[in-house]
Amino acid sequence: MTDIANTLTIDGRTISFEPGQTIMQAALAAGVFMPHLCYNPEFKPHGSCKLCTVTVNGRPQSACTIAAMPGQEIQSDTPELNGRRRVLLQMLFVEGHHFCPGCEKSGNCQLQALGYEMEMLSPHFSHFFPDRGVDATHPDVMIDFGRCIMCELCVQASRDVDGKNVFALAGRGLASHVVVNSPSGKLGDSALEVTDKAVEVCPVGAILRKRVGFAVPIGERIYDHDPISVKALEPDEA
Amino acid sequence: MSDHPSKGGNALQAILEKNHFNPTRLVQILREVQDREGWLSEITLTDIAQGLSLPISRVRSTANFYSFFYTRPVGQYRVLFSDNITDRMQGSTQLFEHMLARLKLTENQTSADGAVSVARTSCTGMCDQGPAMLVNNRAVTRLTPRRVDEICDLIKAGLPLSSWPNYYFKIENNIRRRDVLLSANWDPGEALRAAIARGPQGMLNELKLSNLRGRGGAGFTTAIKWEAARTAPGTARYVVCNADEGEPGTFKDRVLLQRYPGHVFEGMTIAGYVIGAAKGFLYLRGEYSYLLEALEAHLDGLRRSNLLGQNICGVEGFNFDIEIHMGAGAYICGEETALIESLEGKPGKPRIRPPFPVTYGYLGQPTTVNNVETLCKTLEIAINGGAEYAGQGTKQSTGTKILSVSGDVELPGIYEYPFGVKVSQILEDCGARDVQAVQVSGAAGICLSPREFGRRIAFEDVPTAGSFMVFGPKRDMFEMARNFAHFFAHESCGFCTPCRVGTSIISNIMDKIAAGHGTQYEMNELGRLTNVIRGSAHCGLGTASCNAIADTVQKFRATYEAKIRPVDFEPSFDLDKALAKTRAVAGRDDADAHLETSVGAH
Ligand SMILES: Cc1cc2nc3c(=O)[nH]c(=O)nc-3n(C[C@H](O)[C@H](O)[C@H](O)COP(=O)(O)O)c2cc1C
Ligand code: SF4
Ligand code: SF4
Ligand code: FES
Ligand code: FES
Repeated sequence: MTDIANTLTIDGRTISFEPGQTIMQAALAAGVFMPHLCYNPEFKPHGSCKLCTVTVNGRPQSACTIAAMPGQEIQSDTPELNGRRRVLLQMLFVEGHHFCPGCEKSGNCQLQALGYEMEMLSPHFSHFFPDRGVDATHPDVMIDFGRCIMCELCVQASRDVDGKNVFALAGRGLASHVVVNSPSGKLGDSALEVTDKAVEVCPVGAILRKRVGFAVPIGERIYDHDPISVKALEPDEA
Repeated sequence: MSDHPSKGGNALQAILEKNHFNPTRLVQILREVQDREGWLSEITLTDIAQGLSLPISRVRSTANFYSFFYTRPVGQYRVLFSDNITDRMQGSTQLFEHMLARLKLTENQTSADGAVSVARTSCTGMCDQGPAMLVNNRAVTRLTPRRVDEICDLIKAGLPLSSWPNYYFKIENNIRRRDVLLSANWDPGEALRAAIARGPQGMLNELKLSNLRGRGGAGFTTAIKWEAARTAPGTARYVVCNADEGEPGTFKDRVLLQRYPGHVFEGMTIAGYVIGAAKGFLYLRGEYSYLLEALEAHLDGLRRSNLLGQNICGVEGFNFDIEIHMGAGAYICGEETALIESLEGKPGKPRIRPPFPVTYGYLGQPTTVNNVETLCKTLEIAINGGAEYAGQGTKQSTGTKILSVSGDVELPGIYEYPFGVKVSQILEDCGARDVQAVQVSGAAGICLSPREFGRRIAFEDVPTAGSFMVFGPKRDMFEMARNFAHFFAHESCGFCTPCRVGTSIISNIMDKIAAGHGTQYEMNELGRLTNVIRGSAHCGLGTASCNAIADTVQKFRATYEAKIRPVDFEPSFDLDKALAKTRAVAGRDDADAHLETSVGAH
């Protein structure tokens, strides 16, 4: 009885879930890929990128934050929803500087990988060209603020894992940006260390370790052989 | 205006002490410090962070979020023109440009002597007496070219605001039509005593009978909200009165707070009694800071008469007090979870819901958030009972509703009607003739064309938070939609992708159409983006941000069509314009130095 109670359907396919799981967790655990960018299984869902938007019984919801409930009918991989995701990706691309061929993260970047996955062929909208700058004052880490997608994963990781509070999000609307917790506001003056979780967690090429950018050559990177929809389901990647 | 810790040091310490070094009071602390120092320098922010033992990034994060906090020096006189469409209809654009010209400034520029800066701000809630501006957060209404000239002279003479003519700052109530609420003459404490006589559960039962629904926009049933907060597990409970009133064209909460502050506070106290809270917050928008002193004085009076404080009205253990928190220029802080974040000293970004505030609100405790008017209505229910209350209005929308009427009408101001009143009736009463459109419920609301004027104000027909803006035959409804597009792009909190980026893309498209470069392509883009933003934004600001565009495209299509060009597409990039720099360097401006097909050339 309980088995039947704890099931839902995603695009017509029935999956079971554990009470307390979000729809995203239930889907990934059942081997169903749902696009996501600000969600990282190791962290509390942020719910900001909206790439995971699905419809639950006809209503749009963020899969990463909404609880899985018995009997939910969820639509995710539909032309309409993927079309919206494409537009959201294009918004993120034009909001910042994402010139992938010149980016060290290329091939390891979740934004780029989702762009391919969602068959985004061009940024489509006019670029905003924000002037957010680069901070290379730290000996081992640099941050290109122009590539930030405001997922706050670095904020969470630094606060909750590293116990340091190195990052925070400031500003409003399109002027939102990451700020660094140091008297000068510079990374070099902060408590950040290259081994910090906050350095590793950035899904895009905003926070980068110095001098290792091309240690793994292009062509052999995370998303070079398999798309993100496959990689995200591998246990060590997620 | 010092950049030196030594100068502000003691005063800053005093402010921190007054706020009990409590980081949840960060927004209040920033406001008080800025009031003293004119702006918030990096040194000041660092001192505040140290004083509160907060990471400096946390303090920067909050200081950077609110429009009325300045992390760069601004003029000693900070002039902000209210930029609602109603101000514009009253000529604010010309006055704004006139002032800039007289002071030889550009927008947002601070004069060389540091005396003055002039900029624009979202609707300041003075639409019935506009055009309006804020000077150092004090509202000046009924602007005319002459008044603007006088103000320029006062600024040039360096006269403090306290010596400016009093009548500049006079704010009228303009109450035009009264029903139960606006004609009530209850004694202070009368409703509270009636509620106490009914007991918390008894009062809740009356609320249920009344079917009172929230006046802040969403129309949620108040009894359900209060009951949920009353029964949710928690170590403390909180009552919040939402006086952020940021919806363009709304000003009824201002009038209630100015004319009937006792009702508002008593409604909060009744809520405290019912849910078992000891503390209430009034979250007052920064634009209404002129009300603060009078409201604080009123609270003192209530404490003296034991209508606030310990063992209120002699009821053992009924302890309740109210604190006023000021906003600082952020429409999003009207959204209840963003408001709570702001109350906790953080940027006003909406939380993930569920959990809702009734179970997880202020400091994670059960919290009711109610609109000013909703709380006032509970007095009526306490005194007259729920059944009598439910006798007014319609079945699904009981009682009366206060409307803020502005725009092309003879008698702008406040109108109280039983729910169910026809739009045409309101138009007749306020002296609106030959009306092209009514925008109900603000920028987030719905645009009605004349064929819909038979519709009724009610949750089940035309719901409204209270804004009612009237547009005469000569108004361009496209310009209204464009004004709102700018509003949403400016007010987006920036949390979620569709709203943060989408509202700016939309706003740029509207500007492109206004400039005469729009085509059918842009029209299609508006529709496509509306679909994406509505279908994925995190909160009501985003989901409502395209309403006015969708409505006007559908109902006033001609104004768009008159502006768009009959070609399929025009680039937003003007190649000829982009070559201007090169021409300047080459010292040429002859015909051969221009491209033939320049977009703006003809
Ligand atoms: C963007 C946005 C702005 C809002 N602004 C206000 C406001 O200024 N005043 C208000 O009472 N409610 C506002 N609300 C609605 C509140 O979130 C909340 O529903 C309301 O305060 C509940 O009170 P009520 O039940 O008495 O209506 C806003 C909602 C959104 C999404
Ligand atoms: S820097 Fe990276 S991890 Fe941090 S908010 Fe930006 S995108 Fe997210
Ligand atoms: S919809 Fe807009 S205001 Fe609401 S959370 Fe998203 S960015 Fe913020
Ligand atoms: S993955 Fe759900 S909102 Fe980003
Ligand atoms: S490829 Fe550089 S941010 Fe994604």
